[in-house]
Amino acid sequence: MMAELTAPDVAIDGATVSSKPPRRTRGEIAKKGLTSPWASLVAVILAVLWTIPTAGLLVTSFRPQLDINKTGWWTVFTNPDFTLDNYKQVLDTSQSSSLTPYLINSIVITIPAVLLPILLACLAAYAFAWTKFKGRNVLFVAVFALQVVPIQVTLLPLLTLYVKLHLNGTFWAIWLSHTMFGLPLAIFLLHNFMREIPGELIEAARVDGAGHVTIFFRMMLPMLKPALAAFGIYQFLWVWNDLLVALTFAGPGTATAPMTKFLFDLTGSRGNAWFLLSAGAFVSMVIPVIVFLSLQRYFVRGLLAGSVKG
Amino acid sequence: MDVAPKLLDMVWAILIFGAVIVGILGLAALYEKRGGRRAGWWFLGPSLVLLAIGLVYPALRTLWNSFRDAGGGKFIGIDNYTTIFTNSDELVVLRNTVLWTLVTPFVATAIGLLYAILVDRAKGEAVAKAVIFLPMAISLVGASIIWKFMYDFRDPSGGTAKHPIQQIGLINQVIVWLGGKPYNFLLNSPWNTFFLIVVMIWIQAGFAMTILSASIKAIPADIVEAARLDGVGGFEMFRYVTFPSIRPAVVVVLTTIAIACLKVFDIVRTMTGGNFDTDVIANTFYSQTFSANNQGLGAALAVVLFILVIPIIVYNVRQLRASEGR
Repeated sequence: MMAELTAPDVAIDGATVSSKPPRRTRGEIAKKGLTSPWASLVAVILAVLWTIPTAGLLVTSFRPQLDINKTGWWTVFTNPDFTLDNYKQVLDTSQSSSLTPYLINSIVITIPAVLLPILLACLAAYAFAWTKFKGRNVLFVAVFALQVVPIQVTLLPLLTLYVKLHLNGTFWAIWLSHTMFGLPLAIFLLHNFMREIPGELIEAARVDGAGHVTIFFRMMLPMLKPALAAFGIYQFLWVWNDLLVALTFAGPGTATAPMTKFLFDLTGSRGNAWFLLSAGAFVSMVIPVIVFLSLQRYFVRGLLAGSVKG
Repeated sequence: MDVAPKLLDMVWAILIFGAVIVGILGLAALYEKRGGRRAGWWFLGPSLVLLAIGLVYPALRTLWNSFRDAGGGKFIGIDNYTTIFTNSDELVVLRNTVLWTLVTPFVATAIGLLYAILVDRAKGEAVAKAVIFLPMAISLVGASIIWKFMYDFRDPSGGTAKHPIQQIGLINQVIVWLGGKPYNFLLNSPWNTFFLIVVMIWIQAGFAMTILSASIKAIPADIVEAARLDGVGGFEMFRYVTFPSIRPAVVVVLTTIAIACLKVFDIVRTMTGGNFDTDVIANTFYSQTFSANNQGLGAALAVVLFILVIPIIVYNVRQLRASEGR
């Protein structure tokens, strides 16, 4: 039945193919194809495989400490025994293994580290998109190219710089680092969104005597909301889940370290303390998963717009 | 607990930062009123300064350091690079990085693509997608903990006949159920690298699925319909209609995942610490720079990482150009 389709171009060129009369009714054809029971079965198997690892640790986080190391988490289906003790322990601020200070640090790190690059990038993207100056294109390509720079290349010189400026071990070092690393992608993404706004709107405002500052605040920012959400959630997940920047620039102890660093240290020092690791891991996941599920639409849009950051 | 001062710090930082921006924009507005025509520079200024300090200067500095000795003092030419490409430990690191970068993109993309096609327009598509996509939302550290638990190994020889050692890692339990012997997944090279790669595939398949699903949905309906009417279905539909249409997106996904794998750090650091011959460039860079105090070698490793990324990006950009030009 495929004899007439020898090259992909034939199939893509709708005109050549559709001239033939239908051989079966559409209903019959729709049933065929990939939506067969086998396809559904494969999809379900994949979905289950993808869920089990997380589900296993989630179940574990609710099991008593002694049980966790004695029997597998799947035994709860025959021997149910659940407790909230693990969560109480990781959240209890009087314990040395408490996660709470790091949770606070994660929040304190993330909010400015998302807001700062967004604001700066908005301004820069506007300049690239709607103002004229010498060397604009060259500069834009340069900023675009900076997305490629692996942050490893920057870490040691930045650390030396922070030590000289007495910023090392403070939140400023982390905020500034995330801002600088996030800027190239942010500028690129927001520039692309801004270019889609019709030029006549800007021109009309210019003719009416509006300056760039006015245009930026009155016209651009309101129209950019979806783009800001797209980059915002991207940057949020990046910062919240980051380990490398935290390891390099966060101070010792509970001063500025985020949850990722705490969990990392815990796997090193108490790698078999699954009651702490499981509960801790899920506390660190709750916020990004909620943000992610509620803003998924924007996140996908951000992903589609560009994703070479690192 | 010192929550209040920290939150206060945060608020101050945002306010200070906001004030600086408002100040700059105020000056820009003033400048425009006086007839200035280069307002763009005011908008760009803060970003350019930060990019220069945070990316350009450090990158150049690292390049410079890569030709110097461990303390960053004496010029030693290309010795650090020679070490990377001749030292047996470093060669294992390179081998592992190549494995990561070759295996992960293809497997993750294949799974993502298969899943995207399977659930396309199926019942409960949104939920089905969220299940695969969710690992993207959690940290690599969290994912590493999840999988370390999956791989957990209990030496069975320590138990007695009455109280045999129970496996608590699911994979080893399945092996036992199937009559096999528990296996220490993270210990034996080179297979342990593949078991670490599984974690990355688990995460990146969701990314591949999302991008590819979006581009499958963007295929014009009349093309699909026309092929359908012509009796094309199942695999032929994929081979002659779907795949050619989404080829540019597949390239983007492959290259993006490859870049992420070149820089992979968190998974290796958390799961094995780079021990048992699982080390990769990004991790050994960190160890050399911050633990072993070998700045020169660390810098050279970072530069190698940089150089390895460039051809992938160039290829990616070229493919995009080509598909736009059509």
